[in-house]
This record gives sequence, structure tokens and C-alpha cells, in this order.
Amino acid sequence: MTRHIDRQIGNLKEKIRRVGTVVEEAISKSISAVINRDVQLAQRVLANDEAIDRMEVEVEEECLKILALYQPVAADLRFVVAVLKINNDLERMGDLAKNIAKRVAQLEGAGPVDLPPEIRTMAMQAEEMVRECLAAVIDGDPVLARRIREQDDVVDEARQKVRRRILAGIKEHPENVEVLLRINSITKHIERIADMATNVAEDVIYMVEGDIVRHRPEE
Amino acid sequence: MSNSPSPADPRQSPPSAGPATDRLAVVAAGGQVEPEVHERVRQTPAVLEIDRFNLWYGTKQALHSITMPIPHGKVTALIGPSGCGKSTLLRSVNRLNDLVPSVRITGEMRLNGDPIYDQRMDVIELRKRMGMVFQRPNPFPMSIYENVVYALRIDGESRRVVLDEVCERSLRGAALWDEVKDRLGESALGLSGGQQQRLCIARAIAAEPEVLLLDEPCSALDPIATGKVEDLIQELRGLYSVLIVTHNMQQASRSSDYTAFMYLGRLIEYGPTTDIFTKPVLRETEAYVTGRFG
Repeated sequence: MTRHIDRQIGNLKEKIRRVGTVVEEAISKSISAVINRDVQLAQRVLANDEAIDRMEVEVEEECLKILALYQPVAADLRFVVAVLKINNDLERMGDLAKNIAKRVAQLEGAGPVDLPPEIRTMAMQAEEMVRECLAAVIDGDPVLARRIREQDDVVDEARQKVRRRILAGIKEHPENVEVLLRINSITKHIERIADMATNVAEDVIYMVEGDIVRHRPEE
Repeated sequence: MSNSPSPADPRQSPPSAGPATDRLAVVAAGGQVEPEVHERVRQTPAVLEIDRFNLWYGTKQALHSITMPIPHGKVTALIGPSGCGKSTLLRSVNRLNDLVPSVRITGEMRLNGDPIYDQRMDVIELRKRMGMVFQRPNPFPMSIYENVVYALRIDGESRRVVLDEVCERSLRGAALWDEVKDRLGESALGLSGGQQQRLCIARAIAAEPEVLLLDEPCSALDPIATGKVEDLIQELRGLYSVLIVTHNMQQASRSSDYTAFMYLGRLIEYGPTTDIFTKPVLRETEAYVTGRFG
């Protein structure tokens, strides 16, 4: 017999999957807009942010409804609480994508400054983390979630390299300082996206195993 | 059905190995499983120790080698589907099952170290050391006052000042004093169901029992009266050691410190209530508390 709460949780899962898909697309487009200096694509990311915000509120309302009406316990409770937090993180990832898209518009007409090559690697890695963390949510996969935690270090390292390169660039060509700072800010946003994906992965571990691994070094 | 969970559904794969029905299948086939007793239960000093306790009604075994300490000064809830033996276990603690002719037991129970089933144990004396409250409130057909001091009276206490003091303290302890203090001489049968049940708790604690046994104390009460009795159980924490049988899982989660899950006469998992209801170790417990079976 299907429990009534199973249907509610099934719906919730479908909703959070949809938020994930839209956010993933926003991140991927914003990064592609940076690399290709594609202002139109960036504009589309900006225009779509409102939809993400709306979906976030909807998921939150759904979670609150299940908590109030069904008083879930154990795995059901952990699922709803994890979704509540993941939802929040996804919305913030959407905001970061929006911030990246804004910088693209500001880079327009800034002159031919080359992007540090590590940005591409870093962006690809971050995008993969986002994709994988969403898969971990949907499949309830703690093994995948643990792997995502490890990948975050790679992104952090790349970010340091980019930062050093930008500092050197500013010293060499002080006239480019404004555009270089914008590029720096883009890499910071990409790094934050990877951090959020790590948070989501940690919530997946809690959801499946009941252990809060945040603020704990990886085993 | 389109909404049925996929095989990879996170809620279907808690940490322990094997499908949810494994242990339950073993138990259903008459086998024995090692119970999962959390470390924190073992670490708390026990008021009551149940030690490899078995009980048969005629040829039917109702309890299978139950071993569990009941922590001192805490509220411990017994949960499990109908027929799991939780009431039988509770009634074994004060030897109420002695009254059932076909009952046979093996194993031990100790109340503060004293063997409950020892031949030299005086059952009347034993029951004085425990209070018991049943599903249906059972006030005696006498005044509220006389109900509360009944145990002291039959024990020979007749000093008015002592009886008055115990009456007030017990009624306060049972959160009933303010509602009845002006009509202590009236019949207890005129009280509402919830008040009658709190009166029974007052009567039980008047004798200062070492353990308070509550057998589904709210199942005959409406939600408001249930809420009051649950509040009272919260108040009793720390003052009394309480063992409560409940078929209402939310009641167990709200009012107890420790929860033991039983199934077909076996102890399955026993741990702090917060752990049992947020991250039980066994899939079987998970399935029961989330309402997947039982």
C-alpha cells in the first residue's frame, strides 16, 4: 500500500529536481557567456533568475506543508529537511550565476584582455560538481556525495592560481585593473558555486545516513 | 504506480545492510535476532533490569529473551505493533501476569537490584514499590481526597496532617491540584476522563513508587486530555522512573527519553528517543516509525 506521504514526497522530489535543472542550466549558460563573451546569453540568464526565485518559494512551501500535515520522522524527516536546505543552496547558486552574467555585460567593450586559462578548468570542474550533486540528491547517493566533497579542493586550488595570475596581470598592465578585477570576481563566484555544490553533497549524506558531516574534515 | 519510489530512492536505503524485512522475517519465522541497544542506554544507571526474560501463555511464547535496562529517573516508551508483547512486558514488571493461570516465565527482572521473581519476594510489597496506571481511568468510588491517600490509609497511616500533605503534593505532582483543590470531598467519579486519569497518576505517585508503569494511559482520552497527561509525563521526568506502553508513536516521541521498539515478542531496537525518531540504526525500526508497516 502506498502511504499518502510517499506521494507528497514523490512530488517534492520532482519539484527539487526541476529547480536543480533550471539552476544547472543558468550556471552553464553564465559560464559559457563568460568564456565566449556572449552578452546576449548573459542577458537570458539574468532574465531567468526570477523563475528560479519563484520555484524556490514553491519548494519551501511544499516542505512546510509536509512538515505540518504529516509530521514525518526518520528518513522521511531527513529527506524533507535536506530538501529545505538544498533548495536554499540551489537558489543561491542561481544568484551566483546571475552575478557572473552581470560581469559579462560589464566586460563588454573592455578591450582584449585574455581570460586566465585556469578559469576554463575551474568552471568545468564546478559545473561537473553541480551536475553530480543534483544526481546525488535524486539518487540519494552518499558515495557520489563524498566524491564531490573531494573535488572542491581542486576548484579551490585553481582559484588560487587564477588569483595569482590576475595579481601579476595588474602589476604588469595597471591600465587593465578594472577588467581584471571583474574577472577575479567571476572566478570568486565560480568558486562559491563549487562550495554550494559541496554543501548540497553534505546534505545528501545527512539525508541518507543521518550524520551531519558539515564542518568535519573528509574521512 | 507512477509515484512509487525508484530503486535508488534515498528513503529506501538507510545505512544498515539488507532489506527492511530481513530481521522481521527471521522473527516471523520464529527465530531470534540480536537487538540493537544503543550505547547511551547502557551508560545510564538502571532502576529496573530485565534480563533474558521469556514468557509463555500456555504453549504460545509471548516474550523472547528480553534483555533491557530501564534507566533511572527517565521516561522509557515501549512501542510496536499490536501483539508485540509490550503490554505483557509491562505487566510482568509488577507480576500482574501471576494472575493468569497458564503463564510461565524464565529469566529475571530486578528492581533496584532485588529479584522480582524470587520466591521470597512478597508480591504485595513489590507492588507497593511500583505505581500502575491503565488504559481506562479507574478511580475508586470515593472522594478525590480518599482516592489519593488510599495507599497510605491501607498502610495504616491515619495522621490527618500527613495525609493532607501527601494529597496536596501528589495532586500538584499530577498537575490536578488547581482544578480540584476546592472539591476534594466530592466523588472522583464526577471528574472528566482526563482528570480521572491524572487522579490515577496522583494516586500512583502518592506511594512514592520506584517505577511508574503506564499502560496506554491516553488511549481512552480526547486530544486535550491527552495533551495534559503528556505534559504531566514531561513533568514527571527526573522525579520518577516511568515505563510507558503506547501505540501512539507521536506520544512516544513527544514524552519519552528512551524508546524501545518491539516486534513479535522480541526487542528489536532500543535507544534515545531522538535517535529512534531521526536516525534509527535498523531499517526495521525505520520502517515502523515511518509507518511503512505495523
